[in-house]
Amino acid sequence: MGVHLTLGPVLYNWPASMRRDFYFRIADEAPLDTVYVGEVVCAKRAPLFDSYWPEVIERLQAAGKTVVHASPILATGQEGRLRAMGARDFPLPVEANDVGAIGMLRGRPHYVGPFVNVYNPDTLAVLVRQGAVRVCLPVDVPHQALAVLAGAGAVEVSVFGRVPLSISARCYHARVHGLHKDSCRYVCEQDPDGLDVTTLDQEPLMAINGVQTLSHAAVNLVHVVADLVRMGVGAMRLWPQAVDMTAVAQVFRAVLKGREDAAAAWHRLRTLVPHLPFVDGFFHGVEGCTLVADHA
Amino acid sequence: MTTPALEVVAPAGTLAALRAAVEAGADAVYCGFRDATNARNFPGLNFSRDDLREGIAFAHGRGVRVFLAINTFPAATAPALWRQAVDDAARLGVDALILADIGLLDYASTRHPDVRRHLSVQASAATAEAITYYAEAFGVRRVVLPRVLAIPEITILTNAVTVETEVFAYGGLCVMAEGRCHLSSYVTGQSPNTHSVCSPASHVRYEQRAGRLVSRLGAFTINTFAPEESAGYPTLCKGRFKTRDRTGYLFEEPVSLNVIDLLPALKAAGVRAIKIEGRQRVGGPMWPRSRQPSATPWMPRPQGTPAGRTRWRT
Repeated sequence: MGVHLTLGPVLYNWPASMRRDFYFRIADEAPLDTVYVGEVVCAKRAPLFDSYWPEVIERLQAAGKTVVHASPILATGQEGRLRAMGARDFPLPVEANDVGAIGMLRGRPHYVGPFVNVYNPDTLAVLVRQGAVRVCLPVDVPHQALAVLAGAGAVEVSVFGRVPLSISARCYHARVHGLHKDSCRYVCEQDPDGLDVTTLDQEPLMAINGVQTLSHAAVNLVHVVADLVRMGVGAMRLWPQAVDMTAVAQVFRAVLKGREDAAAAWHRLRTLVPHLPFVDGFFHGVEGCTLVADHA
Repeated sequence: MTTPALEVVAPAGTLAALRAAVEAGADAVYCGFRDATNARNFPGLNFSRDDLREGIAFAHGRGVRVFLAINTFPAATAPALWRQAVDDAARLGVDALILADIGLLDYASTRHPDVRRHLSVQASAATAEAITYYAEAFGVRRVVLPRVLAIPEITILTNAVTVETEVFAYGGLCVMAEGRCHLSSYVTGQSPNTHSVCSPASHVRYEQRAGRLVSRLGAFTINTFAPEESAGYPTLCKGRFKTRDRTGYLFEEPVSLNVIDLLPALKAAGVRAIKIEGRQRVGGPMWPRSRQPSATPWMPRPQGTPAGRTRWRT
């Protein structure tokens, strides 16, 4: 079995038609093995896409993709919803993105997402014992630890996209617009890649996505894919951005198959994602905002 | 039935601070070893094994309990440091371990089942389901709740779970879910999860620029201050930034948490203990000179700190 290429859940509030068309194209054309679906950031957004999920999931599955329902990062009153989505209309395997979900899934096969703190083999072993079939590691695990963890269990690593850095009970999109979370008018829909945040010196630094804060830059580990494979990393995750994600997936697939070298892949991704700088600092155990590789 | 008094859990960054907290009337003190196993791993702070032995003897002699925070996530490359910390704490007779990592909770509950386990706020257990998991899987007896929860949420949670709850009463306010925040490491390479520090002082600089004081963290400007403003410490979540529509404190104003006015409500909510932050504060918190009963409002309120706000809703 080769390395799985996966697509993380869409983190942003894309209009329903955009999100549906995105998934249809992913289903039909993107060389992905697993697609994580569901609204993981904001409970208020979740109902906006509910009526579209059945056809999206059916199309992804018909195309041979494993579809996994990702649970909310900050589970506030969504537990019933999680149960319903996982078990009712379209029985899907579930990825737990908080410890409460792990508690509910304990004893049966499930996935564990990158928002659960798994930094060492002891924790990984407990989760596997409780039914985890694959664990996507936190975004800041450096390569030395990745190597240890990949040798100890089935792990997934984020290799592309803006880096989710924090989650809060408060909505910063609403705050920026002078609105309350309860009457937010879904202003986050205006920013399909998140709202850019710069320092007072105009240096780009972060992106606001409702209650979530992400990096301004996108992680790109295409140049170390071979290292990750050698370590035994079983799956690599692409985070959806408002770019041609099918083409992004094709680049990573080409590198995994040895059809494209890392430098060429890096430059293709540079062209596909012109608006975001690339970083790899977390992988190297330094500031996440830095680029250690010299492909740029 | 009368509800028990709120227990006061006080910080001790040093042996002297532990003694002061015990003398000041704390019901329990919490501290950490002088290494990466605790989330306040600052230079010149924390306890050696001998310090802890001495501190426990002093506290127990006066009926005060000692909790040890081993509340960081063990590094994959050096797990022995954390296991040794758990073993040593158990051997020295701590009254509770404050833990955050699932693997370490598993280790402690297997190796030292009789040593009480509390769940650190770094585990970010904010739902009944999460707390129940830690209680059922690892026998956790008390959970420290995230700082952003408001009284109604604290009440619901406390009533929904079988374990004790402890809440922060005073100190810095984390607006992001604790233990799930990588903002500090994105800019400095170090975070509570990976290096036991948030916004480390080694990466902080203040400089003068055009008549304003500029605070920087790593390579980035976090805030600038006019001469009459008091300069805050540059953490990302409390800095001033710009978006296309707005410039200012996009995440949080640089305020602290102080729930003195809410103590009766916390007690009514069924909360078992209140926790004072500040192991890293120079000289420790300001203790009164004489011993006072627990849970009375004897903590000074810093200037500019709004009272009784546990949450700023947006």
